[in-house]
Amino acid sequence: MHAAVLVFPGSNCDRDLAVAFEKAGAKVSMVWHKDTGLPDGVDVVGVPGGFSYGDYLRCGAIAANSPICGALKEHVSRGGYALGICNGFQVLTETRLLPGALRRNAGLKYICRPVDLLVGTADSAFTAGYQAGQRITVPIAHHDGNYYADAETLQQLQAEDRIAFRYAENPNGSVGDIAGILSANRRVLGMMPHPERMAEPAHGGTDGAAMFRALLDQLVTA
Amino acid sequence: MKARVHVMLKNGVLDPQGEAVKHALGALGFQGVEGVRQGKVIELELADGTTEATVRDMCERLLANTVIESYTVELG
Repeated sequence: MHAAVLVFPGSNCDRDLAVAFEKAGAKVSMVWHKDTGLPDGVDVVGVPGGFSYGDYLRCGAIAANSPICGALKEHVSRGGYALGICNGFQVLTETRLLPGALRRNAGLKYICRPVDLLVGTADSAFTAGYQAGQRITVPIAHHDGNYYADAETLQQLQAEDRIAFRYAENPNGSVGDIAGILSANRRVLGMMPHPERMAEPAHGGTDGAAMFRALLDQLVTA
Repeated sequence: MKARVHVMLKNGVLDPQGEAVKHALGALGFQGVEGVRQGKVIELELADGTTEATVRDMCERLLANTVIESYTVELG
């Protein structure tokens, strides 16, 4: 499996995400935001956490209009996989590759701590290593993770089993306790929590590793 | 020419910052503040002849996230 990790000015989880992909056995290419194309043979694009463009205007808004996001949209429209974590999730909603938006946390505070998530569906390449309903612990670190979608979109996400993760205890006001969602073709996942920060024993837990292993299993056999 | 764009969270989308400002005003003793919504103003310096339609296109594509925000454009 070949993963590309996008790097924007202000990304700060790009290395962590690359290491998580590598430890699962993937080849990783780091791709600069000014590049207009992805390397040949990329299966999955990782959009990392951080503060792309200093969170100016809105989190993820400037990154969503960067040259590399044109290539990301093409990759996804060809049926390619993409994983957006934290700021990466914000970028995916700003590009409209995923529905909804992420608002300021309801409590207005930046929250950085491990939280428990409930796996919403095991039906995706990202979540196939979990059981639906399984409780996992993964850290969050965000100021703008308060997911919003209108009632119609929420109903659709629910009906199509596209809610990948919910918070066991809602930390930020997200509608429906939503922590992560899938695209209609289930090949794009956006989530606020950081599985790459809970992927080896030295992190204090390994609940995130199953996502990278599952992705590798699915994409190697595909 | 100038254009001024006001971006606000849509009605119905909770504005936690506006709520915090409302509470802070209450704490200062201001009575009767029934609601506060916080938005942003973006001033654009534009070539003469730029149309409102162009500015609205800028809003749709970058300046506002129309999933949660509404905007108004003032020219001149």
